[in-house]
Amino acid sequence: MRAVTAPLDRPMAQGSPLRRQLRRLAAVSGTTFLAIAVVSAFLMPLAFMITTAFKEPSQLGAPGAPLYPAAPETFEWEGRDLAVYDVPIDGTIRALALVEPHREDAVFIDPVAPEAGLIEWQGRWRTLEQHWTFQLRAENFSNAWNAIDFPQVFFNTFAIAGLSTLGAVLSGICVAYGFSRFRFPGRNGLFILMIATIILPFQVTLIPTYTVFLALGWVGTWLPLIVPHFFANAYNVFLLRQYFLTIPRDLDEAAMIDGAGSFRILRSVIIPQARPAIVAVTLFHFFWAWNEYFLPLVYLQSTPDLQPLSVALSRFNALFSTEPTLIQAAAIMAMALPVVVFFFAQRAFMRGVVITGVEK
Amino acid sequence: MALNPVPAGGPPIVADPAARPRRWETLRGRERLSGLVFIAPWIVGFVLFSALPMIASLVLSLTDFDPRRPNEITFIGLDNYAQMLRDPVLLESLGVTVRFAVLVVPLTLGFALAVAMLVNSTLLAGRNVFRTLFYLPMQIPLVASTMVWVGVLNVSSGWLNLALGSVGLPGPDWLNSTVWVLPALGLMGLWGIGNMMLIFLAGLQSVPTELYDAARVDGAGRWASFRSVTLPIISPVLFYNLIIALIATFQYFTQAYVVSNGRGDPDRATLFFNLNLYREGFAFFHMGYASALAWLLFVIVLGLTILLFRTARGWVYEGGGR
Repeated sequence: MRAVTAPLDRPMAQGSPLRRQLRRLAAVSGTTFLAIAVVSAFLMPLAFMITTAFKEPSQLGAPGAPLYPAAPETFEWEGRDLAVYDVPIDGTIRALALVEPHREDAVFIDPVAPEAGLIEWQGRWRTLEQHWTFQLRAENFSNAWNAIDFPQVFFNTFAIAGLSTLGAVLSGICVAYGFSRFRFPGRNGLFILMIATIILPFQVTLIPTYTVFLALGWVGTWLPLIVPHFFANAYNVFLLRQYFLTIPRDLDEAAMIDGAGSFRILRSVIIPQARPAIVAVTLFHFFWAWNEYFLPLVYLQSTPDLQPLSVALSRFNALFSTEPTLIQAAAIMAMALPVVVFFFAQRAFMRGVVITGVEK
Repeated sequence: MALNPVPAGGPPIVADPAARPRRWETLRGRERLSGLVFIAPWIVGFVLFSALPMIASLVLSLTDFDPRRPNEITFIGLDNYAQMLRDPVLLESLGVTVRFAVLVVPLTLGFALAVAMLVNSTLLAGRNVFRTLFYLPMQIPLVASTMVWVGVLNVSSGWLNLALGSVGLPGPDWLNSTVWVLPALGLMGLWGIGNMMLIFLAGLQSVPTELYDAARVDGAGRWASFRSVTLPIISPVLFYNLIIALIATFQYFTQAYVVSNGRGDPDRATLFFNLNLYREGFAFFHMGYASALAWLLFVIVLGLTILLFRTARGWVYEGGGR
């Protein structure tokens, strides 16, 4: 494991500076190649997903088919569509179109140079493999798009995730402000109680809340997935509070002297100063809601028109499990937005993880 | 735990409180009131969505509640809890969950730590690119990433078996074999190392370089300095990651539901605790029993956490300042 001990990688090594530099160069390229190998294996399923999504369904089971999306090549000659095979001739393999198949021999023609005439070949043509050419099939995407009814599903997902994020961020800011800027009796006890709710498994409260929502007529609507988030969640409050504590109180006091009340201070001092933390919480919560599976499954099982992406996708997966090309195309469409947003906002994501994870 | 960096109830800011007691009182009172107003959403939410439901679920666990026949609810005492002892499906689900925890949690932690060390190495060019790429799968919706893995693990067209076949190894039918399905889910789980890796990374970056220098002066090799410098210093984050991973195993649901269409196939080999609870509550509507299962889950998670905190004194390093 050279990674951890890197800092002591013999800085006092013997030899000339040039040799030392060469040795370091070798170590750097070795480590980097190792990392490239590991990350390639790690992300290999993504390559599987992308290639499969662009394949013809018939390519999946075909013997001798390449890993990339391709179709068996054909050649039109004298009004006929001829299949093209990889034919070994004189020690090389040539892609030739089959004109006349016989049992023990066959007649081919070269699609690149048909004017050269027919080519006789000895051997069983059935043992030959078809010649594949690179070809993308986009219909998988449109078929999956229509089968899932993506526009509706995206609308549902945006609505549920957007509204619950709005609630989570607004309430999280208020509560974090209350915990970070005011002194009141029992504050520390309440804060610890809030953190303790993190280890309370949601299953414990699931059935009574379900029963109440059922009695209210909310099962089969979005309300159970949105309304509870307007009451602040411990993770968000914790992350925001940690950030609010780093904002100097001088700013609050200056605003207070100018006659600002606590709401004004929150709006014009705290929120503008805490923008990075608020962005992180917004992104976290939005994509958490985007991916959430259990509760939408519980509350929207019998109302397919209202289901978000996660549940609709798993229903699609069960229906089309025999059509991997559609499944992989659907997976790409489902992950496109979160992945693209991640690439633009990766620093906010990764910093947020470290704050909630390490500083607790 | 840096829960409370701000001293609570410190000395009043007003310079001479005795001079203007009334003004001071109102300011103080107003501050109290404002604080409570701002945290009110959480207090209301805690009562409505945590405290009352907890009590209600404890009460429901003593009944045979079925939401399809809410009026026929009867109090049955501890029958649900006695039922657990005689429920072979529950025992199987506990077995699946424990086996998965024993098999997969150490491997996942080890892989996450190894990746964190790799992307922390000063010998790695483009470290931020690699960090991003290893974190990336975290951002893929779980249902979608499970669908991708189901394809990769397909017995004939999946790339994993093609790769195994190309080196002459026979690939198993991962998702339809009671033996291989848990390792297959473990493999899928490697895509979820993102957060763990970042937390390990933060831990690794907190190791003072002087300690490595001191270890080297003492003649420690790479393995020795990993064991006696790195591991102790990062033990708090290792501990944190371990607890989170164990709790996550008892909450494991989405992947198991998607690969088995919610049934725990093959032959209940993927009937995780949480999937069994879901089926009892929302497929069979045994909501009294499901409430009891939820409490069993709570007791297990709490017990595990307490147990780990007990053993933590033996192996988790607490630096002077913490």
